[in-house]
Amino acid sequence: MGAERSGTAMRPSRRGLLIAGAASGLGAVAALGIESLADSASPPGASEPLHGQETIPFYGSHQAGIATAPQAYAAYIALTLRDEVDRDSVQRLLRILTDDAARLTQGREALADTEPELAHLPARLTVTFGFGSRMAKLAGAATSEVKPLPEFGIDRLEQRWCDGDLLLHIAADDRLTVSHAQRMLLKDARSFATVKWTQAGFRRARGSEASSTTMRNLFGQIDGTSNLAPGTQEFNQLVWNKDSSTTMVLRRIRMNLETWDELDRPAREFSVGRTLDNGAPLTGALEHDEPNFRRLTVNGFAVIGDQAHIRRARSENPEERIYRRAYNYDEPTTGENISDSGLIFVSYQKSVAKQYVPLQQRLDQLDALNQWTTPIGSAVFLIPPGCQEHGFIGDTYFTA
Amino acid sequence: MKKSFGLRATALGASSLILLAGCAAPEPGAASPSPAGTTIEVKDLWLKATQDDMSSAFGTIENTGDHAVTITRVSSAVSGDTGLHETVANESGAMVMREKTGGFTIEAHGKLELAPGANHLMIMDPKKPLKAGDEVALTLEFSDESSFDFTAPVKDFAGAKESYDESSSQSGHGH
Repeated sequence: MGAERSGTAMRPSRRGLLIAGAASGLGAVAALGIESLADSASPPGASEPLHGQETIPFYGSHQAGIATAPQAYAAYIALTLRDEVDRDSVQRLLRILTDDAARLTQGREALADTEPELAHLPARLTVTFGFGSRMAKLAGAATSEVKPLPEFGIDRLEQRWCDGDLLLHIAADDRLTVSHAQRMLLKDARSFATVKWTQAGFRRARGSEASSTTMRNLFGQIDGTSNLAPGTQEFNQLVWNKDSSTTMVLRRIRMNLETWDELDRPAREFSVGRTLDNGAPLTGALEHDEPNFRRLTVNGFAVIGDQAHIRRARSENPEERIYRRAYNYDEPTTGENISDSGLIFVSYQKSVAKQYVPLQQRLDQLDALNQWTTPIGSAVFLIPPGCQEHGFIGDTYFTA
Repeated sequence: MKKSFGLRATALGASSLILLAGCAAPEPGAASPSPAGTTIEVKDLWLKATQDDMSSAFGTIENTGDHAVTITRVSSAVSGDTGLHETVANESGAMVMREKTGGFTIEAHGKLELAPGANHLMIMDPKKPLKAGDEVALTLEFSDESSFDFTAPVKDFAGAKESYDESSSQSGHGH
């Protein structure tokens, strides 16, 4: 078990030996189980592509988990700092959480990790930290961008999904890895903060389709075609601040699958202005074709309607663009209600006020999709720059 | 019973490591030993947070030198009462901790694992609360009178509730 592991995790430890001893009786049973699975799934010896050991660097000028190709699973956890937490204790908290994240993302157990084996398959784990306004103030960071969004007419916000002092954004291609990292970080945050809300999101599993594929949401739509692409010059210009920080908007958007069910396929496509099968604009053939907003039907109506989401989301001003990195949510239900589903909309941009807000105001005024979607949660965070080894997330604010 | 078996198994595991390491070591007497304090590396050391009761340090101490070293004492400005502790089963089968007589010897190129429920560095009655995220300075002293200074972070930890040897109670701290 743990004893064969290479690198820093190698440790023929007391714990490892204890487990090895205790498990010897179970080994035969486990081996049988694995064998019978292998028999039915693939010929013996066939090699499976495994992704569990893949890592995303933690240290760097930017925090990981933003320009990173989205992992299959994400957890967003907003913490409320305890009343007594001050600048000194916030720094202690950030040091601990940074150390946990630095280890876990590289497949190493955190210090005091009681389930080290769960840390050994990082599966592209990233942990990204965001500061709400109280946290930003304590750290001494600029807070002008970190405030609640203006009210929108379509909002039906529930406080249980709003705001927060410190955001932990944990993501990996393995759900168990996310759970373990979440538990470890929350155990270490517990004496400083309580949990305000947790939002679990998912996309298609790793390996189901090419990782560059635009995600689908639970309406079945290809969601996020027109997006800034990480690594491009426009991404760098519109997302990263000079100090390598950025801002994040998180909106929990309930999607009413019941009323969406009443809509026929042409009406569904018309509401967005794209086809459902490949996401092409209604005036095009392929997903990334430029929409032609001027094209008319034989009857003289716009092919992409005035209320179509893609028409309303687009700005004449190229500065008013964001980088979106959304996840689906689908909560357990009971009784007559069979769906509690939606989108964890996440966007990154230099300026919330100049980039996100104008876009959302246009959608607030008019967007056919508003009939089936309702924002129920909203939060804005400063995403501090990344850090170097021996540093901690947010350290530049504390040393300034 | 399982626990005491585990401890014995670990002792065997450790000695086999030492044998392996021995193969690579130069012939004895080739050079005078470097001071123990210069061949020691601590890895992933951390302390359990406490208000005013007691704390322990866990992690790995490695001896990179060609000669065995013996840790005889741990000291820290945060406490006047520190010790090297091991955890053993008492007559009633309960796991209890007690002072490690003769200190911890780490063979050449060997390592010492300090873990909850096993060997650890003990910090009694700290002068101030050890809070999560604090860095605590510790000094290891060796039988050759050399020493090694390092700092370790404090973490909240629910485990490591060993009882003292003197106490037959199994209900947590023997303080």
